Amino acid sequence: METIAKTNRRDFLKLGLVASGGLVLGFQSSSSSALGMEVINGSALPAGDVNFNSYLSISSDDLVTIFSPNPELGQNIKTSFPMVVAEELEADWKKVKVVQAHLDTKKYDRQLTGGSGAVPHSWERLRKAGATAKYMLTEAAAKKWSVSASALKAENGKVINPANGKSFTYGELANDAALIPVPTDVKLKDKKDFKLIGTAVSNVDNKEMITGKPLYGLDFYREGMLYAVITRPESFGMKLKSVDSAAAKALPGIVDVVTFKNNVAVVGKSTWEVLKARKALKIEYEKEGNIESTSDHDRIFKELLDKPEATVRRKDGDVEAAFKGAAQVIKREYQCPFLSHAPMEPMNFFAHVRADGVELVGPSQTPDRARMATATLLGVAPEKITLELTRLGGGFGRRLQADYALEAAELSSMIKAPVKVTWTREDDMMGGSYRPAVRYRFEAALDPTGKLVGYKLRGVGINSGNPTREDNFPSGSVDNLLIDSVEHQSPITTGAWRAPITNFLAFAEQAFLDEVALAAGKDPVKFRLELLDRAKTTPVGAIKYDIDRMKKVIETVAEKSGWGTKKNLAQGFSVYFSHRSYVAQVAEVEMKKGQPVLKKIYAVSDCGIVINMSGAKQQVTGGIVDGLGHSLYGQVTFKDGAAVQRNFNNYRLIRFKEVPEVEVHFIDNGIDPTGLGEPALPPTGGAVANAIFKATGKRLYNQPFNQVEEMKAVKLGEKI
Amino acid sequence: MASYSINVNGEKRTVDVSPDTPLLWVLRDSLGLVGTKYGCGIAQCGACTVHLNGTAVRSCSLPISVVKEGKVTTIEGLSKEGDHPVQQAWMEVDVPQCGYCQAGQIMTATALLAKTPKPTDEQIETAMNGNICRCGTYHRVKEAIVLASAKINK
Repeated sequence: METIAKTNRRDFLKLGLVASGGLVLGFQSSSSSALGMEVINGSALPAGDVNFNSYLSISSDDLVTIFSPNPELGQNIKTSFPMVVAEELEADWKKVKVVQAHLDTKKYDRQLTGGSGAVPHSWERLRKAGATAKYMLTEAAAKKWSVSASALKAENGKVINPANGKSFTYGELANDAALIPVPTDVKLKDKKDFKLIGTAVSNVDNKEMITGKPLYGLDFYREGMLYAVITRPESFGMKLKSVDSAAAKALPGIVDVVTFKNNVAVVGKSTWEVLKARKALKIEYEKEGNIESTSDHDRIFKELLDKPEATVRRKDGDVEAAFKGAAQVIKREYQCPFLSHAPMEPMNFFAHVRADGVELVGPSQTPDRARMATATLLGVAPEKITLELTRLGGGFGRRLQADYALEAAELSSMIKAPVKVTWTREDDMMGGSYRPAVRYRFEAALDPTGKLVGYKLRGVGINSGNPTREDNFPSGSVDNLLIDSVEHQSPITTGAWRAPITNFLAFAEQAFLDEVALAAGKDPVKFRLELLDRAKTTPVGAIKYDIDRMKKVIETVAEKSGWGTKKNLAQGFSVYFSHRSYVAQVAEVEMKKGQPVLKKIYAVSDCGIVINMSGAKQQVTGGIVDGLGHSLYGQVTFKDGAAVQRNFNNYRLIRFKEVPEVEVHFIDNGIDPTGLGEPALPPTGGAVANAIFKATGKRLYNQPFNQVEEMKAVKLGEKI
Repeated sequence: MASYSINVNGEKRTVDVSPDTPLLWVLRDSLGLVGTKYGCGIAQCGACTVHLNGTAVRSCSLPISVVKEGKVTTIEGLSKEGDHPVQQAWMEVDVPQCGYCQAGQIMTATALLAKTPKPTDEQIETAMNGNICRCGTYHRVKEAIVLASAKINK
């Protein structure tokens, strides 16, 4: 058994009886530096109040309710979080009910979805929540039987006395367990004894999803609520000048037309009526900032790449000397466009601003950000704002922003009515917060033996922040290295897009390393392994990735894919470390009728312990499909400050016919979970581009691939 | 505004809307049947797929005025207990990620299997190519259709 001693986490465990009977248990942030625990007896809780800090409750009829605090957007957290609690609790999964918790910063820590960080962050506290309840249930049974708790066993929702075969269900023990002092230390299970973790468990919302139950923000309805759409400036860099809303207001079902900031909101009694009425608005805009087009960005990128001043991100050794003395220098540039997040459920939020408080309901990856921004905007105390989380119809980073919730709150405060604001797909694609467009220049210096002795990377981007990840591989393995960046500030808004920065950086880096390996006369896989060996034996500067874990995924994917052994298939390799996890991929391309056809992608992921094998396999597969689709087709271009692509007719997403076979493997190493939702996406573009090069001799430097001249006629993903 | 009597999931429903109102918004806003999703509004993504007389149609681009006596089936009316073989297969294969597109996927798949109980891979791919899944669950959608086909033909 493994014991977790008192930790310095700011956790606070509470426990008590609810009025309906049963055990409620959870963690809370507190200023205490030690793990403190407190028992609340039934009388200390307001009658019927279950609204206190809790991860789980057990009712007298054996139902275990597990609260899942983090927003669910398809990363499967609503199934995997409760699995961790249930594992340590030894619950009967068939009797577990999962409930999406509303925003509650008193009960829950880091109640957000982003950075593939939820499970790594909560792993230990979820285990403790389950283990603590199990301990108390076992102690309660021991008291009833007057035996030592150590002689008893918890299993499948029961405490069993192996000596005589007698048992109590958890429901029978719940009330007594609530009176047991909360342990200061709890023993966590040995990982090898996991029964539920690592198995394939169906999504807890499957039944609701396949029968069309209201789950999403867009499905939310409140008696008496109004519907609204908001027209925002078409072009970035423009602001509202004047609005003539008379014609729109005269249309059936229209309640009001309201202007705030640069927004013109049409409010009415149904979605279709407000959509129709917005077309009757006469709006004038005027210039407020730069009006940029994609052609401007192409020019700006060239200027920034040659700019003498840049922000240095990492510098090892003497790069200039290394390049001066090089036998061979390779210099390449890579560019990606803006991308829309395009979650299938467009942005929407419900808000009801009343005199006594604010009610918000909707899909958010960062509910507390939405609440705090609303508090600031309306001058309302945060405690007076409630936020109910719906299921999210995708997020991909778009719903990290609070803008769409804030708009709903502002509109509700102006019209003094409950209102649901819906964005159309066009609103969504024109509305910004894009994945930034970025261009990279890589330079490599090889010595006469083909050894990589110098490495330079300049990243330039439009509102990109730092478009490099300077401490990622191959940093640490090259003696002389310089990574710097320059950012262009633009009115076009950008934000985190699934696997921020690395979603394109990984492609550029892995495609470049492929070229460098071939220039050095080395196999691309062996080349990476040699660099990693150098990072291990003669590390240069700080190494912020785990060399052994990276080597293991490389070696495993080479083995699973039969790297270098296939005669009629061109294989391309890629590996990337992001969000604490390691993923290596091999793509296979076959030439058919003179055209490259993508047949298969192998992936080996080391994300530590896999909690739900079903969810995890799909998460990796979906990440690959996402990475592939956007490498092939995705782009938002701009003309005079306005997005050209505004819906799925010209913002192309990958479709059914275009996906190759995908084979997923996980490294079973018992390491605590390290992140799953994003790391499988970054390596895909590189693996595919490297395979295309091998098949056709054509190097791909820019995304999307289907806009590259020689690739325009190629239906890469489509079966011929 | 005009009054329309339509047949939805075996029930006669009367709504008072303008003739150009897409069936999607009638279902969602007037009838509270929100299982049918809005994704693009231009018949490109398939999230709004319902059956009209057994054929998969895009409800976002179908004005209420043309529905007339047609039998409309939505995800809510596919089966009473949520146990249509396609729904069962979706559960068993554990298809959904975010789940938003899945009602549309299921409606397209059930229309395919009703007409073609034993579809070839190519028939599945062609039928499903109009339904976008942003999460990338296409492999499981296919697996579930193959499984559903086996259930139907048992």
